[in-house]
Amino acid sequence: MKTPVELKYAKTHEWVRFTSDTECEVGLTDYAQDALGDLVFVNLPEPDAEAVKGETICDVESVKAVSDVYAPVSGTVTEVNEELLDAPEKINEDPYGAWLFRLSDVSDADELLDAEAYEKHCEEEGN
Amino acid sequence: MKTLFDRSVPGRHCSILPACDVEVRTPAETRSSALHLPELSETDISRHYTELAKQTFGVNDGFYPLGSCTMKYNPKINERAASLSGFTNIHPTQDHVQGSLKLLHTAEKYLCEITGMDAMTFQPAAGAHGELTGLMLIKRYHELSGHPERTKIIVPDSAHGTNPASSAMCGFTVVNIPSAPDGCVDLERLKEACGEDTAGLMLTNPNTLGIFDRNIQQITEIVHAAGGLCYYDGANLNPVMGIVRPGDMGFDCIHLNLHKSFSTPHGGGGPGSGPVGCKKFLEAYLPGDRITEKDGVYSIEQRSEESIGAVRSFHGNFLVIVKAFAYLTALGKQGVPEAAQNAVLNANYLKHKLEDTYELANKGICMHEFVLTLEGLKKEIGVSAMDVAKALQDYGIHPPTMYFPLNVHEALMVEPTETESKEMLDHVAEIFLDVWKKAHEDPEYLHGAPHHSPIKRPDEVKAARHPVLRVPLHD
Repeated sequence: MKTPVELKYAKTHEWVRFTSDTECEVGLTDYAQDALGDLVFVNLPEPDAEAVKGETICDVESVKAVSDVYAPVSGTVTEVNEELLDAPEKINEDPYGAWLFRLSDVSDADELLDAEAYEKHCEEEGN
Repeated sequence: MKTLFDRSVPGRHCSILPACDVEVRTPAETRSSALHLPELSETDISRHYTELAKQTFGVNDGFYPLGSCTMKYNPKINERAASLSGFTNIHPTQDHVQGSLKLLHTAEKYLCEITGMDAMTFQPAAGAHGELTGLMLIKRYHELSGHPERTKIIVPDSAHGTNPASSAMCGFTVVNIPSAPDGCVDLERLKEACGEDTAGLMLTNPNTLGIFDRNIQQITEIVHAAGGLCYYDGANLNPVMGIVRPGDMGFDCIHLNLHKSFSTPHGGGGPGSGPVGCKKFLEAYLPGDRITEKDGVYSIEQRSEESIGAVRSFHGNFLVIVKAFAYLTALGKQGVPEAAQNAVLNANYLKHKLEDTYELANKGICMHEFVLTLEGLKKEIGVSAMDVAKALQDYGIHPPTMYFPLNVHEALMVEPTETESKEMLDHVAEIFLDVWKKAHEDPEYLHGAPHHSPIKRPDEVKAARHPVLRVPLHD
């Protein structure tokens, strides 16, 4: 399982890459894509949608099930990665490259975990 | 297998039409190209469909333990009843066909008695359609009681996927609450989720792990105290029908799956039927017409203006109701609970035979179904629930439901139903144990299963990402 140290993580298995103090990219972690299995459909949020930390922002579908994606922080969606609509497998192949959406006016980021704490969280969840 | 188009030979046909004995007129505008129709003899067509039929697997072919689906045997007497010309040669707008109205009226009475409801509509054509209808009743109730702010439906995470989907379709916001480890409702989490915006709760009982929630009355009381209503998803009624009633558990409205508990054909053999029952205070909102009886004469009466309006034409899938009614009358007041008890007995018998080998998601007595988790097997030797399910096909039985409920990893959900004999359950237990043994001896063999079915292992990912749903035609 890969957990790049430069990223932040939510317990609900989303990663956050800050591109400035108030802007970030959000994607699904390696742990999440592995647990979900092969992804076959991605339902992205609308641009300009309000992300509220801890609430469902979009969903992904694997061969096993449909799963909600939770907003790891609050903010406003500025851009969605439309490339994933035709190629959801990119999330499996390159989870940290395949960002789902970008946010501006980011807030509520205090509870994000660092890589080490997230790995520990995954270990606990696995047991 | 070849398609009808592959089998087509130009000029070949079935000689079933007599020669044309009227003047042939050609319309002014006609198609400029030929129709793409396969040309075959009756023998070719007949063999094609028989070959297709041989590749299918139904409850008439063998054991079909699809958990949460209640794939019980469909008695032939049901079909006989539904083929009577008095039922098939009538029209819904025909006046006062007493026999059919009496059947609908009596079926409503019986099903209300079994469920503890006061009234029922037969319009919904399937379970999820029933869910939507029931939720529309709840919505209408809150709107007319001056509480349009009640917009949230609470759904436990072990619920059938249709519950949150139906809630969303009905314009509600879904509040997911995590279940306790036994799959039952976590009362504290439920209390936290309830509030002034709660429209209601959707629940199956027994739950998706096959466990009867002992706190059910407390659960419905908590929701009622918060001002919400309680919806019973009838998918798991089979083990409790005729024994406990959702109405007595505190539910306000319900749907039934006649194609599950009441033995009408399920899946591709449908159509289904998802009648919705409710307590008196919701009756005015029910869709469709009401059937009333006075001095032995039955008539059709329009519901009040408060009705949510039709959700389907007339009385829904009428002949399916005839089949369910045949089942109910064949079993009677004694037979209905007996069927439920046998469903529970069969599930526990099979569970007992497997529990020393396979790992159970929950120990203890189950209701009509039990869930195995193959997480340990997958970690240990890399054989997944999918591999085991595929291997079972080679023994001529249908695999159980896979990867559901979602809160159990590598789940296999087994529901034998009451219509299987002890001999069959013994045979099935041997098959499961044999697959377990093979998995340890030769995991690769299981990765490649099924080895003997007409279709091996389809590429599910490719099928989902790039579905091919039609045959390209060539000019």
